[in-house]
Amino acid sequence: MNIFDSIFYFCISLLPVAAIAAWMIRGRVHAQFRDTHWRSLPAHYGWYIFICMILPSSVLFLLVSTLHLLTLYSASGATLLSAAFLLTLWGGWYGFKNINPDLCAREFVESVIRYLLISAAFISILTTIGIVLAIIFEAIHFFKIVSFWEFITGTHWAPDDATSGNTSGMFGSIPIFAGTFMITIIAMLVAVPIGILSAVFMSEYASERVRNTAKPALEILAGIPTVVYGFFAAITVSPLVVKFADSVGLQADYTNALTPGIVMGIMIIPFISSLSDDVIRAVPRALRDGSLALGTTISETVKYIVLPAALPGIIAAILLGVSRALGETMIVVMAAGLRPNLTWNPLEGMTTVTVRIVDALTGDQAFDSPETLSAFGLGLVLLVITLLLNVVSIYVTRRFRSQYE
Amino acid sequence: MNNITATKRTKRRYLSERLFKGSAIFALSLAASFLIFFFYTMISQGLSAFSQAEILVDVHYNESSKKSYKKAIAKEHRSIVSRGWTRTLPLYMEAHPEVMGTTTSEWVTATADVDQYLKGKPNRLKSKDKRKVDALQKEGKIKLAFNTNFFTRGDSKMAELAGIKSAVIGSIYVLIVTILIALPIGVMTAVYLEEFAPDNRTTQMIEVNINNLAAIPSILFGLLGLAIFINFFGVPRSSALVGGLTLALMTLPVIIITTRAALRAVPHSIREAAYGLGASKWQAVFHHVLPLALPGILTGSIIGLAQAMGETAPLLIVGMMAYIPDSPGSFTEAATVLPAQIFTWAGESIRAYEERTAAAILVLLSILLSMNSLAIWLRKRFETRW
Repeated sequence: MNIFDSIFYFCISLLPVAAIAAWMIRGRVHAQFRDTHWRSLPAHYGWYIFICMILPSSVLFLLVSTLHLLTLYSASGATLLSAAFLLTLWGGWYGFKNINPDLCAREFVESVIRYLLISAAFISILTTIGIVLAIIFEAIHFFKIVSFWEFITGTHWAPDDATSGNTSGMFGSIPIFAGTFMITIIAMLVAVPIGILSAVFMSEYASERVRNTAKPALEILAGIPTVVYGFFAAITVSPLVVKFADSVGLQADYTNALTPGIVMGIMIIPFISSLSDDVIRAVPRALRDGSLALGTTISETVKYIVLPAALPGIIAAILLGVSRALGETMIVVMAAGLRPNLTWNPLEGMTTVTVRIVDALTGDQAFDSPETLSAFGLGLVLLVITLLLNVVSIYVTRRFRSQYE
Repeated sequence: MNNITATKRTKRRYLSERLFKGSAIFALSLAASFLIFFFYTMISQGLSAFSQAEILVDVHYNESSKKSYKKAIAKEHRSIVSRGWTRTLPLYMEAHPEVMGTTTSEWVTATADVDQYLKGKPNRLKSKDKRKVDALQKEGKIKLAFNTNFFTRGDSKMAELAGIKSAVIGSIYVLIVTILIALPIGVMTAVYLEEFAPDNRTTQMIEVNINNLAAIPSILFGLLGLAIFINFFGVPRSSALVGGLTLALMTLPVIIITTRAALRAVPHSIREAAYGLGASKWQAVFHHVLPLALPGILTGSIIGLAQAMGETAPLLIVGMMAYIPDSPGSFTEAATVLPAQIFTWAGESIRAYEERTAAAILVLLSILLSMNSLAIWLRKRFETRW
């Protein structure tokens, strides 16, 4: 019996016992409730007993399993279970002894709940810290092998040729980032004009009925899983691009950068259109009316009044779109190339940061091989860029809000 | 003179107005036509995988075919009947001794190449077999039947037998872990931040954190799962547990943000009325605010879970793209999920997998769309407008 078994046995044996005890106490208090003045409701006394019985052993389990996972200390499951049993008995006895009409059971129960809520809130912080630490920790291992300067300025990426002894010149990340930015730029060239113009149409021209069908329809595009977009790009769009390039006399690879760029652009349209739609509608009616009263056409009002007023919000939407495009994985894994390629030609195969991360971590290398660790180096750069973009977009949105609210 | 230039200018302005409006309509219809084109290609590619070629042949159940399963079927049919199916015959005979010594004519699964040939798709069927199939077709001994294997079998190296069952079950396991972890923690966090938290630096830090967490690319959650859950805590690789944990952390910010919005939509007068009747803060929240916010919370959680269900990238990193022919029996066994199955099939070089990939996509999309419509229906049905 290991620690986790003992937690399981605890849950199926002692939890019901505690629940029955709580129910009985509730009944006892309820029976005397009319005669004496109790400070809390009967249910609170029941919960009080329940917490007295469960809390000490839960804390014990948490402590021991943490120590066990950190490999600092380990107890046998049987010892742990009997200790938990004794603690539960002691807790029950202690709680039972304390129950009297003057006990502030509600305050006790509510403060325990409060701490429970606080600890749940801290998990989100722990997750962020976990991501940052996990990536930084492994990235440090990587930068011990490969110099950081070489990583960000080198133009040759060939992790397959690298052995743990000789890594110089094998881990230059510029071609990878060039591919990432190329695909992101193509995606934004597709998504930004279509997204913003659709938003303008929906908020300024369309009738309520058209708007109510167009907006959810666009949101379907956002709900399609990225692996499906990837398949669509690889099977349908890529041959079309190659055929089209052929017909105008150009040579295109099947893993060209244009295909994932276009498909990623389609994926990002709904983000940009729905965020821009919100900010365009947030521009006060009075601004539009003032402009239209001067005799401008709707398009002039949009171009000279509405869009400049909504600009910060639209920029925030575009930045969020960029950060999605940079971190998007499945489309590029399935439709872009594996080979790092430093070129300006979008019809050639290129690779991206996320492709290299997936490639490095789904192979069969040892976990401490330079190639595996390079995934964490790339991940670190990706994390820093997306966090920066997010911070900037939050700052821009906040300024926009304070302008009109 | 002046009038003429004025009319000219007005004309030009109206032209540019029409151009602008036209380009806006064009943009929206472009987006709509992407959507239509997308669904058209998926349906036209995937629909054919729901039927599968079957051949009427005599199956001989006897001792010699039990020893060598090939002998159960007449020699001329061996090259067009799925070997994956004949291979199961000895086990079947083991389990059903009463069939021994009989010969029955049955509809059996044909090979993937026969299937593709019948559907008029590119295939590698030999011309000798093509003639056999044509002859059988004239006799009515070959047909396209509903593809039950696709729903009742797991992944297979033989395209005609490959199905989505193990992937669907893996998806369900992963979703259960995700719900069990993300839903309580997310709702508790949101309740704390919205109803109890004092407005101080710690609270602001948690809020910034949640916003940042929502913006982190999903693949980095995979790196977290690999480095922390697998390497540090020793959770088994490619298990539903590690996948569910990773997706739970990814879904957490979505659930927190939507739950907070739902709680915020409950008007303050409700809380004050509860306080006025002597309720404590917790009683006001638990008895009054939370039930009123429940439709909003459910809607947001379902949308978040639908997102998690379609997610692939972090699961590839934690190893959930392994070849899994059998359904997982527990949370710690190696499992695969529907999107990962789509990814592995998309990488297969055999053409018969292509339509199966599209069919699996149709299944996934219909699950996700129905989850999302359920969420929208819930919101419409139970939402109170204040």
